Amino acid sequence: MKARHKRIALILGALAALGLIAAFVLNALNDNLAFFYSPTDVKDGKAPQNKVFRIGGLVQNGTLTRQPDGVTMAFVVTDTIHDIPVRYKGILPDLFQEGKGVVAQGKLGEDGIFTANEVLAKHDENYMPPEAAQALEKAHQAGSGDAGAKTVIPAGGTEPAAAPRK
Amino acid sequence: MIPELGHFALILSLPVAALVGVLALLGAHRNRAPWIALAKPGAQALALLVTVAYLCLTQAFIANDFSVIYVAQHSNSLLPLQYRIAGVWGGHEGSLLLWMLMLSWWALLVTWFSRNLPAPMLARVLGTLCLVAFGFLLFILLTSNPFERILPGVAEGKDLNPLLQDPGLIIHPPLLYMGYVGFSVAYAFAVAALLSGQLDAAWARWSRPWTVVAWIFLTLGIAMGSWWAYYELGWGGWWFWDPVENASFMPWLIGTALLHSLAVTEKRGSFKNWTVLLAISAFSLSLLGTFLVRSGVLTSVHAFATDPTRGVFILAFLVTVIGASLALFVWRAPSVGLGGRFGLFSRESLLLTNNVLLAVATGTVLLGTLYPLLVDALALGKISVGPPYFNAVFAPIMAPLLFLMGVGPFARWKHASIAEIARLLKWALAVAGVVAVTLPFLYGSWTPLVGLGLLLATWITLTAVLHFVQRVQATRGDAGFLAAALRQPRHFWGMHLAHLGVAVFVVGVTMVGGYEEEKDVKMGPGDTVTVSGYSFRFLGVQRVEGPNYVAMRGEVELLKNGKVDRLLHPEKRNYHSSMMPMTEAAIDAGLLRDVYVSLGEPIDRDQPEGEWAVRVYYKPFVDWIWGGCVLMSLGGLIAILDRRYRNVGRRGTATPAQEAAA
Repeated sequence: MKARHKRIALILGALAALGLIAAFVLNALNDNLAFFYSPTDVKDGKAPQNKVFRIGGLVQNGTLTRQPDGVTMAFVVTDTIHDIPVRYKGILPDLFQEGKGVVAQGKLGEDGIFTANEVLAKHDENYMPPEAAQALEKAHQAGSGDAGAKTVIPAGGTEPAAAPRK
Repeated sequence: MIPELGHFALILSLPVAALVGVLALLGAHRNRAPWIALAKPGAQALALLVTVAYLCLTQAFIANDFSVIYVAQHSNSLLPLQYRIAGVWGGHEGSLLLWMLMLSWWALLVTWFSRNLPAPMLARVLGTLCLVAFGFLLFILLTSNPFERILPGVAEGKDLNPLLQDPGLIIHPPLLYMGYVGFSVAYAFAVAALLSGQLDAAWARWSRPWTVVAWIFLTLGIAMGSWWAYYELGWGGWWFWDPVENASFMPWLIGTALLHSLAVTEKRGSFKNWTVLLAISAFSLSLLGTFLVRSGVLTSVHAFATDPTRGVFILAFLVTVIGASLALFVWRAPSVGLGGRFGLFSRESLLLTNNVLLAVATGTVLLGTLYPLLVDALALGKISVGPPYFNAVFAPIMAPLLFLMGVGPFARWKHASIAEIARLLKWALAVAGVVAVTLPFLYGSWTPLVGLGLLLATWITLTAVLHFVQRVQATRGDAGFLAAALRQPRHFWGMHLAHLGVAVFVVGVTMVGGYEEEKDVKMGPGDTVTVSGYSFRFLGVQRVEGPNYVAMRGEVELLKNGKVDRLLHPEKRNYHSSMMPMTEAAIDAGLLRDVYVSLGEPIDRDQPEGEWAVRVYYKPFVDWIWGGCVLMSLGGLIAILDRRYRNVGRRGTATPAQEAAA
């Protein structure tokens, strides 16, 4: 009897510990998820205020400027329909370029400016981040009525700079 | 002509692998001696064929044969010779061929170092390896053939990704692959043991050195990759919880659990089912890693070699391998038996805790890595899981693991006394506590994480030294301490060295995490910036020509107490063929700290010799991270040189009871 009670207590203890770990892990996961939104989603108000999320699209040509402090960069991310102004303090990745795909992670301010703490550009000049490609594709589908021909931008290979701007 | 020869060798290896695999396994099952005898020469022939294929591809790279599509895509006539040789594994097709080459060499090594293995067992191990090889060969030939031609050939190749043009690339993938693929041997031993029903101490003893060797390669491969990311990517970090890093880290965690579980199975005959399951998991996670990296399902810095269509094949292969081995496990495991019993507090129970914690850690990494894929696959949106998740879950899982690492060696098999161990170790704990409370103030500030890290590192070090001294004293007799220490078995030395490596690693992680400093600043010629007591004077930037690139080369003086200590030369390169910019950081490495400078970009693009955005880092103890990994590997190496593995087989039939005495 006693040995059996001991075993049951042990199993219950192990289960409780496992449950605790699972709760803790899932909680940590929930706190650190960053959802992805396209510039159109952000303009539609789908993106959260004061929570970290990701945006993606193309860096609009001619919008990259350096702020007076010398290390803060400003640029516009577009899905060809809507634009989001972005600020980033720090050195941009080597493959960050105007007209190319980009993904940025950060928070949206009340002034509508997205302050990024991380900017991702991929390590191949032809590679397009899947999130950025998806944002463009969605925008194309939404705008295909007036754009005429449907263009599908695959996740890699094509020249994203060729995407038309209305 | 030579690429055709390679292609032919590769095609020929496919039926060889299938035939040897099937005949060896059937032969062992039906006890047909001629079929069993076929396994060894068959595996050697396979290794020869794959090696020929690999050398042919290398020759195509060396000879700049741009009529081979793969060569044209990953090489260039301006590329230096060493990168042309390393370029073979710079892309998808070639890296799979390297994977295959490693697999065939592991099988070859098994044929060489298995003189004492019973013939049917050897046949089962080699047969399993050959079937795995068959799957991979099929994959290469059907979806990723590196020998495909384009006629007429192109005049010039596209060049190797500049990121990969670095000595780190020459070493990192082969080391990592040796580790990944090495777990196939532990897996093959587990499958062979399940097939034969011979899950005993002898089996554990046979597979243990193979597992340790694979683990050593994986440890070094991961450390090398981390170091490469640190100095080559110019981000200054040593680990990013990137999905591809996680893909290599999961087999490492399970492999580490497997090492410890094998120890119990060998010495006490317990944990047999669990050990088999870990061996299957370690190899399955290696395959999963290959799938994640090669299928293109991940967004990551390693995305330069991706193709979604290939993913389906690897996924099917993965499902087959995992499914078949788990089915075999379910069928055979109930007949295995439990082995020696053990008390609630004993060496066994502590090692079990080690295993559970490592398995839980693997599970959390797996969750964080696969969850975004799952959400994406179910069309619920795109998400990413950031490093804070991994950091948050890892510290609480690792802390008890590291604490128990100090206790484990003191606990006896079967039954240990908490009171006795507490009495032995209370001073070690007290000293570790004092160090944890006081030492951080030397660096200015105390934080709980730094305190915890230093507590655990000191604790591991002190307990390892204490255990070592205690054991030497107990066995020295009249001999001197040093002589007695050198007489200790090598596995004992190896264990403590590896554990010390963990302590060194923890110090590195703790100090970098607690006290690193980073500044992004605008600097013109003559400007000075100060980080943690080090001053950097920017002298300017000059244009220099490399073999296949043009670089802007910065000159930065590192000042210590106002005197020039060193000149640093960070570079921003532009490669001719791809026009990709690349940052080459300049690092002054030291035992207690690294300082690190990298060039961002010119403030005014039209004046590249004027002001620049510059990034400077101060990284205390960062080299301890990789030093710790090297120590762990060295510990593993010494452990497998232990005398008892040399007579494997002859003594392999010894009972666990005899072993427990050893």
